[in-house]
Amino acid sequence: MNTFTVAWKEIKGYFSTPAAYIVGAMFLSLTGIFFVFDVTSPFAEASVRGIVNWASFFIVFLAPLLTMRLLAEEQKLGTLELLMTAPVRDWEVVLGKYIASLIMFSATIILTLYYVLLLYVFGQPDTGPVLSSYLGLMLHGAAALAVGLLGSSLSANQIVAAVVGIAVLLMLSFVDRVGSLVSGVAADVLNGLSLNAHVTDFTRGVIDTANVVYFLSITAVFLFLTIRSMETRRWR
Amino acid sequence: MIEVNGVSKMFGAFPAISDISFKVEPGEILGFLGPNGAGKSTTMKIITGFMPPTDGNVTIAGYDIVTDSLEARKHIGYLPETVPLYTDMTIKDYLEYMGRLRGMSRDYINQRISEVIDICNLGDYYSTIISKLSKGFRQRVGIAQAILHEPDVLVLDEPTIGIDPIQVVETRQLIKNLGGEHTLIVSTHILPEVSQICERVIIIHEGQIIAEDTPENLAQRLVGSERVDLDVKGPQQDVLVALQQVEGVREAVRLEGQPGSVPRYRVQSELGIEIRAELASTVINSGWGLLRLDGVIMSLEEIFLRLTTEDELIQQVDPTQEDASAE
Ligand SMILES: Nc1ncnc2c1ncn2[C@@H]1O[C@H](COP(=O)(O)OP(=O)(O)OP(=O)(O)O)[C@@H](O)[C@H]1O
Ligand SMILES: [Mg+2]
Repeated sequence: MNTFTVAWKEIKGYFSTPAAYIVGAMFLSLTGIFFVFDVTSPFAEASVRGIVNWASFFIVFLAPLLTMRLLAEEQKLGTLELLMTAPVRDWEVVLGKYIASLIMFSATIILTLYYVLLLYVFGQPDTGPVLSSYLGLMLHGAAALAVGLLGSSLSANQIVAAVVGIAVLLMLSFVDRVGSLVSGVAADVLNGLSLNAHVTDFTRGVIDTANVVYFLSITAVFLFLTIRSMETRRWR
Repeated sequence: MIEVNGVSKMFGAFPAISDISFKVEPGEILGFLGPNGAGKSTTMKIITGFMPPTDGNVTIAGYDIVTDSLEARKHIGYLPETVPLYTDMTIKDYLEYMGRLRGMSRDYINQRISEVIDICNLGDYYSTIISKLSKGFRQRVGIAQAILHEPDVLVLDEPTIGIDPIQVVETRQLIKNLGGEHTLIVSTHILPEVSQICERVIIIHEGQIIAEDTPENLAQRLVGSERVDLDVKGPQQDVLVALQQVEGVREAVRLEGQPGSVPRYRVQSELGIEIRAELASTVINSGWGLLRLDGVIMSLEEIFLRLTTEDELIQQVDPTQEDASAE
């Protein structure tokens, strides 16, 4: 109940400030531009792989920009003191904020379906990969938002919060590149951690349970860390 | 209603408050008086469950604020020192949100919002964005938020800061009226404020309680006086009489000492009069032995000197001009 009270307030907050619109619009125009490059290139195929790949890349920035305000601003305004002395559990606050960001993110992703619609109008894309790609995109986004929220809990400064989130996401995205430099168990671990390595299967139309579990675990772990981070705020 | 037992709080190695204990009975208004940095806000943050104490415990309406935090927090309304508000919300939306978080029903919230808007004189600003409000109005929104859910316990950290003089009078009256129904802790560093609204006062200094009394008794203990302690060898009754006759002395008493030791006397004098030389010559001229003489630093007074004793704000208001300045 409290979770939804918090979520609802934040959703209204998103729509009442220009910041979220700007971030969403930037995301849409950037993915749109690369979509146009993709489909107008020679031998272009009628698939969503291109746009989903680009969307996946831009999620690294989109997610922290969506979440940066959520907990940082509470600390800056001091409203955290009210929130944490109201009869509300710390996890309800964190979850509520997370749900709000997830809804904002979904709204943005739904708008990219416009490009998919164009594909269907002008070509015959395979529906299977389209669906799996979007599932992958949502899971990837869910994990990235949790990382972004942790960033927001760590600082009262929104910019710092966003930078921390982006940095962690970039590291998580590209550890597989490091993985390719080493070998053996180390390589497996690094590949296993990489966000990007788990996205590719979805774009090929493959829904591997291991990948789904991976994204859900990342989400859970970072939400848990965020809750712990809020709890330790009390001790300072 | 509120029980604070041996509470301490360390910030690193720095003790912000140490071993604070007190009780507040239901319906009582307790003043929390102390100079800047005394530890008032820290104590309030602990009482409201914002931060856990390093040591000791606090119970609100019988619930421990740490182990039974959620239950305890349901009974509290809190106005933090910084008056935190969501600046991009309207007063109405803000109060509604706080009400929801406190688990109030929609009807109850609507009913209470119109009541607290009335109580806090916010009627004209009902749907104003909070960032456009002046400091004083924000303060009132903070108070409105604290009393919205009719909590048993109200914790107000410097509630009259930033409000204009006429409103200060009204706000103090408002706080006073809240007593009875609510149990209140009000922190302040303004001396007259405490005597106007509180039934009991705790004075805190450098993280420790140094006095606890009714405002009247405290005031009496503090009517400017200075103390001098003397050890005098001589006939006790004569010494006492002689000391009392020194000019400027209000009272002289013999302190209980160890049997066989040189009797010690404590002399109270009016503030600002130097009587030590006069006392010394009186003793010596009478042929007694003066073994010791020192001025006692009255810690309480020293601390009070650092408090805002002048109610500057109030004094600026000439009652005959109240109507004019209210505009
Ligand atoms: N988060 C913190 N970290 C370190 N020290 C702190 C912290 N909060 C307060 N202190 C210190 O604890 C002491 C008590 O502070 P507190 O805010 O409780 O004082 P106060 O009585 O409310 O003063 P004021 O009248 O200025 O509001 C101060 O010396 C302050 O510097
Ligand atoms: Mg304070």
